[in-house]
This record gives sequence, structure tokens and C-alpha cells, in this order.
Amino acid sequence: MFVNFHSESPLTINSMTLNITEIRKDFPILQRETRAGIRLTYLDSTATSQKPSSVIQAMDDYYRQSNANIHRGVHTLAEEATAMYESAREKIAKFINAESARQVIYTRNTTESINLVAYSWARANLKQGDLVILTEMEHHSNLVPWHMLQTERGIELEFIPVTEDGLLDLETYKALLDRRPKLVSFTHMSNVLGTINPAAEMIRLAHDAGAITLVDGAQSVPHLKVDVQSLDADFYAFSAHKMCGPTGIGALYGKAALLESMPPFLGGGDMIKEVKLRSFRPNTLPHKFEAGTPAIAEAVGFGAAVDYLNGIGMDNIAAHEHEITEYALERLEEIPGVKVFGPSADKKGGVAAFTLVGVHPHDVAQILDRDGIAVRAGHHCAQPLHEKFGIPATSRASFYLYNTKEEVDLLVNGIYKVKEMFG
Amino acid sequence: MDDLYREVIIEHYKNPAYRGKLDPHDISFADNNPLCGDHIQIDLRVGTDGTVTDARFDGHGCAISQASADLLIESIIGKPLEEVKKLNKDSVLELLGIELGPVRLKCALLSLKVLKAGVYGLGEAGDDLVE
Ligand SMILES: Cc1ncc(COP(=O)(O)O)c(C=O)c1O
Repeated sequence: MFVNFHSESPLTINSMTLNITEIRKDFPILQRETRAGIRLTYLDSTATSQKPSSVIQAMDDYYRQSNANIHRGVHTLAEEATAMYESAREKIAKFINAESARQVIYTRNTTESINLVAYSWARANLKQGDLVILTEMEHHSNLVPWHMLQTERGIELEFIPVTEDGLLDLETYKALLDRRPKLVSFTHMSNVLGTINPAAEMIRLAHDAGAITLVDGAQSVPHLKVDVQSLDADFYAFSAHKMCGPTGIGALYGKAALLESMPPFLGGGDMIKEVKLRSFRPNTLPHKFEAGTPAIAEAVGFGAAVDYLNGIGMDNIAAHEHEITEYALERLEEIPGVKVFGPSADKKGGVAAFTLVGVHPHDVAQILDRDGIAVRAGHHCAQPLHEKFGIPATSRASFYLYNTKEEVDLLVNGIYKVKEMFG
Repeated sequence: MDDLYREVIIEHYKNPAYRGKLDPHDISFADNNPLCGDHIQIDLRVGTDGTVTDARFDGHGCAISQASADLLIESIIGKPLEEVKKLNKDSVLELLGIELGPVRLKCALLSLKVLKAGVYGLGEAGDDLVE
């Protein structure tokens, strides 16, 4: 059978840094204007990244050429669609260096991946009084599923504190581990502070204490080279839409023995091996956790996104983002009244959440929008973290492979305009 | 769009006339905008004839939410509660004198939701109150 997979997109990349002019041409949306004569300056990739033509094209091709429901079908299209769906899974598995593709479960997003662990693994393994350790910098998606389990099961929650400069307090973490938690679940990279947490060390410490680990990789997989085996993560969750892929699909990586021991999450078609009127036998991995018709075109797009990122190189992307972030922090901190949250550039990814004295972040974002500059304002689904810093909200600029220093300059000029209006 | 930050809005944001609390009061209610964490509390004093004799708002939020709260409070003092109950989205937009997209509309309407939830004695400020 022949399936025409999309080749990696051609890019000219300078040896050390990226050729951003060329990269920007891959993203059609970056050419648009948000109003007459004003070109888009997209600084909101932490919320969702833009999509390169190769990803859009791969999904379009799938619908035009190969659309069919997967598995069970024997006709040509069903075979093609199944092969495309599964080969994307293989690419994703390789991308994070999973032992095998069957350990990569497709979900809707990071949130669903975390909920899958909470519903399946945790409900089978945690009982009243069991301790789960989280951190104060978690996204709501790694808080609320555990709040729900706390209500339902009476599990206990403890939080690794965040220090003034936006790092996790590892001494307190070590002390908490003496209480023998069952699970440690934390974000690899904060979507507000940008902090890149020492995941490998935290996992090693958790394992020494006998705990299972779940890593929220929503922000790390798009921006850093992630190797789940060298991290020794038990579960690792991420979303396609933040890494140049489509919305509606994400993944959960898990260690094979754990995934095999877990009960199914949702019941229905595809996740079964055999169904009787009064009973069923679950399917093998990864299908056990994929009930019903999945997001097939989105999986194909997810695979194309991985191809695209590989074509550029995750190390190159991380190096470019570091350069931009360093520059952005320097320029933002020059502005009187601006306070940037989180650690210094060497300890964080491409995120700059800030406040401007006397102006609400919504107003900052709205006024920047007039100049085509897209930043996010609010608590970024991390309300407890904002409370910790004593602020209701921040404005957040975030950077990806297609952003430039010129865009940072536009942002800085825009903030000066805001100051003038509210003067 | 371009007069979103009309001078009156920035002026009411920076120097609100009715920011504060009333103690004692006859009605007091507070709620948040879950999207952005904006918070507004409204205190009212109501005369025996059912008119609002005094009112204040407190809280934090963007210029739109705070300015619309200040304008709203100004507009209800001296009005019968029965009339306050009839206020809706359009009344607030008229006070602000601007057009708003769906996201910022939530900011603008928070104070009215809080006000009406308080007047009706409800536990929560729902969207249906300002339709
Ligand atoms: C750190 C972090 N975790 C989880 C999520 C949730 O991702 P999704 O909305 O794709 O489930 C996000 C997205 O904002 C995030 O930044």
C-alpha cells in the first residue's frame, strides 16, 4: 500500500541561528493584517501556536484524498487513513523518544491527558488519605482534576512552593517526599513564569520516595527537546496545538507496565477486543484508551507538525527563543512601571508575564491590539499562582520560532503608548 | 473601537466618584468575572419608598469594568429599585457610549450583574440578568 506522506518542509537554516525570514513564510497567518496597514505581531504562542502550511496542507490532503474511518475497514481509503493515523503516532513517539508508539495515547489535549491519569490510574490506585504532590505554579488543568479526586476520595494535596524569583522550592519538596506521596504531578515549564523545572531531578527524587510521576509537558514539548526515557517520567502529557499542530488532539505518554495495568477510561468502540451483551474485554495499548472515532485528520496534522519541528531542529528553536527572551526581558525591564514575573532568561522559556503600574492587563492587551500586537491578559489559567504574587492578572507576551527582536521592539513601543494614554 | 478608551472612560477609571463601601447598607453583593478575575462589590441604601438613596462600588478590574461600575452607580442613585431591575446590556452600553466585542462586554456588564443579583437577592450574578 502506498500512502503519500508529506515531506518535511524545505527551510534554509543558518548554521547557528534560524533564518526567521524564511520560517515566517511557512506561516500564512503571519502575513495577515489585523486592520488596514497593520500587520499581525503574534506574541501569544503559549496559548496556542500558529500553524505552518505543511500542517494545514497535510490535513487538507487527508480530507481530499484519504478520508475514511480507521481500523476495521478493508477498503483502500480505510487502510490509508489507518496508516496515516498510526504513522503520526510513531512520529510523535520518536519525537519524545518513547520506547514504543503503543505508549502514546491520543487524547484531545493536555487537559484530557491529565484527566485520563486522574480517572484511570488514580481512581484505581489512590484511596483516602493518600498524598498527591503538586506545585503552586500549576495550570488549572493540573489542579482541578486533583481537587475533584480530593472531594470524591479524600486524597490529600500538598504543593511545592514557588519562590519570589519564580523557582520551585526543592528543599520543601524533599521534605514533602518524606510523607511518602503516591503521585507527584508538576509542570515541566510554567505558562506564566516561563520557569523550566528540573524535571529529571524531581522525578528521580519522587521515585526514590516510591511515588509515580506525571509531567505536564504542554509548554515544554513545543519548545525544548524532551526525552521521556532519560527523564524517566511515568506519565507525560502534551497538546498538538501549542507545537504547530491542530487543536483537538494531544497525547499522553505512559510507561508500558503502568498503562497496561490501568482500567479503560472511556468505554465504546475501538477500545474493546470483544463485546458480549453483558461484558467486554478491553483492547490492547494504545487502543484501550481511545474509545470512539478519534480526531483522524488532527492526528495527521500532529504528525506533520512533528515533521516540521524536526526539520528545523528543537535545539535551534530553543536557542532562538532564548535569544529573543533575553532581549525581551532586558527591554521590558527598562520600562518604568513594568514588572516581569519569573526567573532570569537562563532559567526560563519564551514567556514574559508582566504588570504595568496603574493599568489593568486587559487594557494593556486591548491597546496593544490596535497596533496588531497579540498578547494575552488575565490569570492564564493559573489563578493560585497570581494570588501567590498578590496580583489578579498579568499581561503575557510569549515567543516561538517565528518571532523576531523587531517584534519585541514593537511590543515595547506599544507599552509606552499605553503609558501615555493612562498617563 | 477607537473610542474604547474615550477620555470619560479613563477619567472614571482613574478618578471614580462612587468607589467605596456603605456601612450600614440595605443591600450588598459581590462577584467575579471568572475570565479575568475582575471583582466588583456594590452596596446600596434604599429608602422606605423603594428608591436608591445612596450607592457605592468597590473592587478591581480593567478600565472598562471600573468605569462602567462608576457610571452605573451614578445613574441609579435616586432611582426606584423597580427601575433598576429593568436595566440591561443596552443601558450600560449607552452609559459608556461605545461598542464592545464579546470579551470586553463581560467586563462592562459585571457591575450590572452584581447590582441586579443584589437587588433580586440572588446567590450568584448570572448572565441571564443582563440579556
Ligand atoms: C502548562 C500548561 N498546562 C496545561 C495546559 C492545558 O492545555 P490544553 O488546553 O491544550 O489542554 C496549558 C495550556 O494553556 C499549559 O500552558
